[in-house]
Amino acid sequence: MFWDKVKETLAPDELAKLQLKRLKKTFKSAENIEFYRKQFAEAGVRFSDIHTIDDVRKLPFTRKQDLRGGYPFGFLAVPLKKVVRIHTTSGTTGKPTVVCYTRNDLDAWAELIARNMTMVGLGEDDVFQNMVNYGMFTGGLGFHYGAEKIGMTVIPSATGNTTRQIEMIQDFGVTAIHCTPSYAMHLAEVAEERHVEFPSLKTGIFGAEPWSESMRAELEEKLGVTAYDSYGLSELFGPGVAFECNERDGLHIWHDYYLVEIINPQTGEVLGDGERGELVVTPLLKEAMPLVRYRTGDVTFRMEDGCLCGRMQKIGRITGRSDDMLVIRGINVFPSQIEHVLLSLPEVGNQFMVYIDRMNHLDEMSIEVEMNREYFHGELQDLTRIQAKVVKSLRDVLELRTSVKLVEPGSLPRFEGKAKRVIDRRGEM
Amino acid sequence: MDVKNYIIRQISVFSENKPGRLASIAKAFQEEKINILAFSIAEADGFGVVRALVNLPDKAFQKLTSLGYNVAFTDVIAVKMKDEPGGLFEIAELLGEAGINMEYAYAYSGKEAAVLIIRVDHVNEAVTRILSKGGTLLEAKIFS
Ligand SMILES: [Zn+2]
Repeated sequence: MFWDKVKETLAPDELAKLQLKRLKKTFKSAENIEFYRKQFAEAGVRFSDIHTIDDVRKLPFTRKQDLRGGYPFGFLAVPLKKVVRIHTTSGTTGKPTVVCYTRNDLDAWAELIARNMTMVGLGEDDVFQNMVNYGMFTGGLGFHYGAEKIGMTVIPSATGNTTRQIEMIQDFGVTAIHCTPSYAMHLAEVAEERHVEFPSLKTGIFGAEPWSESMRAELEEKLGVTAYDSYGLSELFGPGVAFECNERDGLHIWHDYYLVEIINPQTGEVLGDGERGELVVTPLLKEAMPLVRYRTGDVTFRMEDGCLCGRMQKIGRITGRSDDMLVIRGINVFPSQIEHVLLSLPEVGNQFMVYIDRMNHLDEMSIEVEMNREYFHGELQDLTRIQAKVVKSLRDVLELRTSVKLVEPGSLPRFEGKAKRVIDRRGEM
Repeated sequence: MDVKNYIIRQISVFSENKPGRLASIAKAFQEEKINILAFSIAEADGFGVVRALVNLPDKAFQKLTSLGYNVAFTDVIAVKMKDEPGGLFEIAELLGEAGINMEYAYAYSGKEAAVLIIRVDHVNEAVTRILSKGGTLLEAKIFS
């Protein structure tokens, strides 16, 4: 099913033409922003230098901290009166990042969500429960308007109160849900404990944090859904930037909206198809806040093979953030790798915490993971054997020795927003 | 003789080694008026197993499970010892002669006698052998 078949299946030459036209427009609009005027001047690049889409490489990168530095309206390319909505993304330190939308921006964004949801077979026959934060977080309203656009019956349930969420899924005959994968896992656990089933559910859309294939299998089994990965970030409108189709093998990123590059995060060098690196995006249709070569910090690659569904080139599922990447004793570790290992071991649960300390000038990583009740038969050896197995499995994948502590089932924190599973205490000395 | 009469159900609780866990378990027993007859803690790296013989094992299991604890039953046997110097030696020697391989053991001194609680690999066989060597086992019903 297509929402906009022409745009979703543009031939490469037509696409390039459209991208170039929109890139030029974006450049012009970025020149309304003082930050970019300076950046372009420093890089010695002018509008007349852009002849092909590859000329985007002449332009400087934009980083998250640049946006923060422009707080609140430093990246606005239009007068504030043209802005109809403001979202912010929470910063771990200092001011949040502000994102502004014109009427056209909101329409374009809803259009993206409409494409995505139609792509996975959703439409006006569906009842959709949107279980994400409806406040400043873009996941709530973003999905909301896209879902309404394709005529779904939308329940803006937002987060929290799992009992009520379960009740609504059952009473309203909900067919599709959207939430973070960790909340979905929590929902599945609570449902299991209470012996609740969701016969009406068929589709689960999960995003806002990376999740693994084994987590997909588990969520599908426990919730009875087909699970789709949704990718986006507020700086690029919000969710909807890229999405899985029915093949569920990589994410279709919408190239008429976004000019995609993959770079080596250390050197900034542009990488080719199939090479893993940081996703850099130049949005082509953003009016209020145009961006140039925005460094997403997300790690992925451009997939070489086309897709059976006929849509444009896919990117691989996000395997971590370049800034989430932990460097432990010189070895790169993504929390998603740890999650993947733990999910493959039935003896332990899905929740985990990672602590990193520096002891005697050496990095030490310790992991807390919950015991699976069914694997405790009353003996200490049950526990030590499982502990040793977890240590070994982690070492095999991470090539790193970790210490593992088994904790009681249900004792680790559950996260409803972005999961914060890594506590790096190396700076605290 | 029915071997089963001597097999005692021990409550084994997975517990993290952190302050208050033991108190929480003990409080749960107290609330349910469950009497603890014998008790030990085995500890590894940051976690352990709390073992207890109680008069109401099913009730204890239910209560702890409802509190979220990870609980299991473990079969153990209780060998009577003389409550005097050399009592343990005598029993240890008997167990050795009987070829009993203990996984762990803990002792208590109660109303009836001094008792050594042991966890063995093959519990039925162990009961038969200990009895045939002249050892005295406490019957499970004493603990309920
Ligand atoms: Zn596809």
